[in-house]
Amino acid sequence: MNYAVETKDLTRIFRVKKRRRRRSGSKGAEQDVTALKDVNLRIEEGELFGLLGPNGAGKTTLIKILCTLLLPTSGKAYVAGNDVEKDPYPIRRIINMVSGGETSGYGLLTTRENLWMFSQFYGIPSKEAKKRIDEMLEAFGIWDKRNAKVRTLSTGERQKANVIRGFMTDPSIIFLDEPTLGLDVNASRIIRKFISDWVRETSGRTVLLTTHYMMEADELCDRLAIIDEGGIVACDTPRNLKRTVSKASSLMFEVDYLRDPDKLKGIEGIQNFTYKHNGQMNRTLLTFIVQDESAVADIVSRIVDQGAKIHSLEKREPTLEDVFVSLVGKGLA
Amino acid sequence: MAMKENLRTLLGAGWLGWQMEANWTDPFLFLVYSVAKPVSGALILVFMYIVILGGVAAQSTAFAYIFLGNAFFIYVGQVLFGVTWVIHEDREHFQTLKLIYISPISFYYYIIGRAGSKILIATIAVVVTLLFGVFALGIPVDAFTMDWGLLILCLTVGMACLVSIGIALAGITFLTAKHSGGINEGIAGLFYVFCGVVFPITQLPAWGQSLGYAIPVTYWLEAMRKALLPAQQLQGTGLQGIENIWLVALLAVSALFFYFLSILIFRLGDYLARRAGKIDMTTAY
Repeated sequence: MNYAVETKDLTRIFRVKKRRRRRSGSKGAEQDVTALKDVNLRIEEGELFGLLGPNGAGKTTLIKILCTLLLPTSGKAYVAGNDVEKDPYPIRRIINMVSGGETSGYGLLTTRENLWMFSQFYGIPSKEAKKRIDEMLEAFGIWDKRNAKVRTLSTGERQKANVIRGFMTDPSIIFLDEPTLGLDVNASRIIRKFISDWVRETSGRTVLLTTHYMMEADELCDRLAIIDEGGIVACDTPRNLKRTVSKASSLMFEVDYLRDPDKLKGIEGIQNFTYKHNGQMNRTLLTFIVQDESAVADIVSRIVDQGAKIHSLEKREPTLEDVFVSLVGKGLA
Repeated sequence: MAMKENLRTLLGAGWLGWQMEANWTDPFLFLVYSVAKPVSGALILVFMYIVILGGVAAQSTAFAYIFLGNAFFIYVGQVLFGVTWVIHEDREHFQTLKLIYISPISFYYYIIGRAGSKILIATIAVVVTLLFGVFALGIPVDAFTMDWGLLILCLTVGMACLVSIGIALAGITFLTAKHSGGINEGIAGLFYVFCGVVFPITQLPAWGQSLGYAIPVTYWLEAMRKALLPAQQLQGTGLQGIENIWLVALLAVSALFFYFLSILIFRLGDYLARRAGKIDMTTAY
């Protein structure tokens, strides 16, 4: 079977030059960075596949390798059966990429000119390209910005234009690297809906989406891989992943600021827990994944022992974040 | 098919380059800048000549030698600096290099297309400089006596050679960030000293002359002078005895050599940059 994307023991290490290491002074201060470690993935044609992980987990590195921007250190990666290392050109004909939080684009050109220029590099006839661009500008609600110079667009407008650039070439496989990063709710919603409609509209279109927004991954993806520190820790449908922690309960406590939340570790019955301080409110938010709800008594007692007051306690259905916490032992943010 | 794609890439990149070169201000200011910049460049040379020799004898073969060498050197600076700057600018300022890189085009042709707009801008500057030289300084270039065939042939081959050198430097620029400006300026400076731009290479020490003879720009500038002023050649340049046919042949062979060298260096630079993850690096230099 030909997969849209397949990786075999894919590893990428960023080497730090010896000279730089020596300059950094302290021994071991600048080590080689293993961005991906023995990653094995198979994404089928027509899938909307998500890669969920915190910053620095290796999501962008994987996308860069699959887009032919970066070579692997070892292992193999194939896109539509083509080796990214040996056959980049056939891959480039069928892919495109959109990254979030970027300011790419020629500021001197108008939105339409910028998009038209990219369309020419993909061999779209000029008339057809202009028609497609106009339709998509309309769909994304930035038709009125068609003749505005790119440098004058807001972050959201730029990102919408960026998404149009990626999709207007009608790729078979598109790589979306945190496409809604830094966008407001409305702009994110428009982009998410477009991605979802696009992949279902014609069979065989594949999307690889990286995100650290759980809701986005849950809403959009057919299957998900959870990645942490360069390795895939789980891969399944969002539903099945959530089932893995369904026997457990997710409990959220909002308590007074806790000086030493790590003292809550080691309570019997707790599978995992994370905490977040809210300095402004002077409070700490604790999330526990518990196998046995009798652990609640111990948790409460240890919180009270630290002199903190419990403001709220909530039991939730398991979310992807709970899955992540359960597998990795830390939160996504 | 590939030829059609490459042509489309050339045109798209050429269009983009022209927009970048000419669209940064309103047309009137662009026109003023296009005239003022080369004329000012020529005037610097005139004043230096006046200070050193006490006056401009436009009819003098030496002054014409310097003036024409300086005028055509505009191409060298513009193309070498411009081509390598494309990599730096697209990667660091516009952050579009990675998007163009992953598109199904030959990046080599993309650079050639962008170089096309640099050549066009340089041509405007060279023409303005020459007109200023002829009408304001009395450089005896005559459209009826000049060798048009040699001019067109050598200009074409010379541009191919310069673009090839530029692309080779662009391959190196893939791997550098803060040094990219220095590399092309350094190479252009090297050519200015060793290629007989404002003084014959016979004034250089023996090793410098050998270096000058090895660089095709030396022959190209000589061919340009011979084409524009066929009857008025400076003696003792070390090149005056070479027949036009040999000049063309030398240029053609150099262009071919640098074309293959540029492919080699560009591919190597591309591979190493992809391996090191430098195609999309932003360093804020």
